[in-house]
Amino acid sequence: MADAATSRPAARRGRAPRPGYVRRFTLTERLLHWVHASAFFVLLGSGLVLYLPALSTAVARRALIKDIHFWTGISWAGALLLIVLAGNRAALLRTVREIDLFDRDDRRFLRGRTGSPQGRFNAGQKVNAIITAAFAVLFFVSGLLLWLGERNTDIRLGGTIFLHDALMYVSVVIVIGHLYLALINRSTRHALRGIALGTVREDWARAHHAKWLPLATDDGTRTRQTDTHARGVGNPHDTSDELTV
Amino acid sequence: MQPLLSENLGARRLGRAGFLGLLGAGVATLFYGKQISSVTSAVTKPIADATGINSIVPSSGWRIYTVAATMPTFDPATWRLRIDGLVRRPVELSYDALLALPKAEQVSTFHCVTGWTVTGVRWGGVRFHDLLAAAQPLPQAHAAHLVSAEIPYDDYLDLHQVALPDAMLAYEMDGQPLPQEHGAPVRVVIPDMYGYKNVKWVNRITLVPRQDLGYWEKLGYDVNAWVGRSNGYG
Repeated sequence: MADAATSRPAARRGRAPRPGYVRRFTLTERLLHWVHASAFFVLLGSGLVLYLPALSTAVARRALIKDIHFWTGISWAGALLLIVLAGNRAALLRTVREIDLFDRDDRRFLRGRTGSPQGRFNAGQKVNAIITAAFAVLFFVSGLLLWLGERNTDIRLGGTIFLHDALMYVSVVIVIGHLYLALINRSTRHALRGIALGTVREDWARAHHAKWLPLATDDGTRTRQTDTHARGVGNPHDTSDELTV
Repeated sequence: MQPLLSENLGARRLGRAGFLGLLGAGVATLFYGKQISSVTSAVTKPIADATGINSIVPSSGWRIYTVAATMPTFDPATWRLRIDGLVRRPVELSYDALLALPKAEQVSTFHCVTGWTVTGVRWGGVRFHDLLAAAQPLPQAHAAHLVSAEIPYDDYLDLHQVALPDAMLAYEMDGQPLPQEHGAPVRVVIPDMYGYKNVKWVNRITLVPRQDLGYWEKLGYDVNAWVGRSNGYG
């Protein structure tokens, strides 16, 4: 992958951000996001055609749509696995660790105090990532059970299709909110640049991710030695004295 | 590894707990989804009925699929079932005349091609040989064209299929007259085939020389929708 681990020489790292920009996402993270997003919409479209009589009637060709749905699901899971195996796993592990941890500011954020200083992911983004990861597993398992249920109806568990459908309904609501924040809402939509190109404006990062900005490095995810950098950025929770790498 | 900034601000590992909690809830739903959907449908059904989105709201394990904008209504005084085509004596049965025919009962499983299944459905109705006897089928009749009051829904079964011991024209479901959303007053029940062959709101049966393509088959669905086998398995 192009985004080399930070232990590699600087010359082999991804291109340095333009002045005034900081790197927020690695190529591995961006690929995971876009593969997941593209597959979601293909699976949603083909799934609705299989599920809603009105769309089944309009599109028809159930066998073809079913093949598209099934093979998109298999390709989606395979591509995610491949990206994880071939990508920047060290950075991904750090990302998982970031998402796992909810500090006091995160908890304040979730209680509605959205001005609480946030890290590279705000608490809402962490919750979204956790739900997306759990739903991905459940979508895959319930989808596989539906496919196996066609071979042998004894495998049809009472709640398989209910679970698959419920996941879809909740996901659609979440995706609508996600798209609103990424495309429409003025103060947050700059984040789209980060997931598309990897970098975001430094002033935007300071406003929205105050606790991350002082820690940002060229690869975007790693804490750097900051006992000088982390000071003086207006972070009310500046605890840089405690920071080490 | 040294601690990150967030660990110094009362950080808790809530992410993995949330992830595992969601997985647990999902797996539990696989096994208890029917009970959960009974609860949720109590909330969603009135909304679905009011908005006409019945086709996407689960109801006690059943999903109600329709192809027309509204469901056919049933008036016992005026409803008639016509049996014609390759018969010696075309007949029209009133609802009372249908109920007067020998009654058959069975408990069977209903499989939908979209992946859901309802077990232990109690049906009451008439076997096809009792139903067709009055019309006296001709020897050249080999299939039944089943026409629904939900225009343009129809389908075909061959006469061997309608003669299966658990195939019937049902007018009762779980001890009650067939509800409107399940095809009142009568629907086909053929448990060995997926639900789209179990035509609802039947008001005409025409005997024909051979099976043709029904509503969904014209849209690419399997003509003989044997459960499992029509997906290429079993």
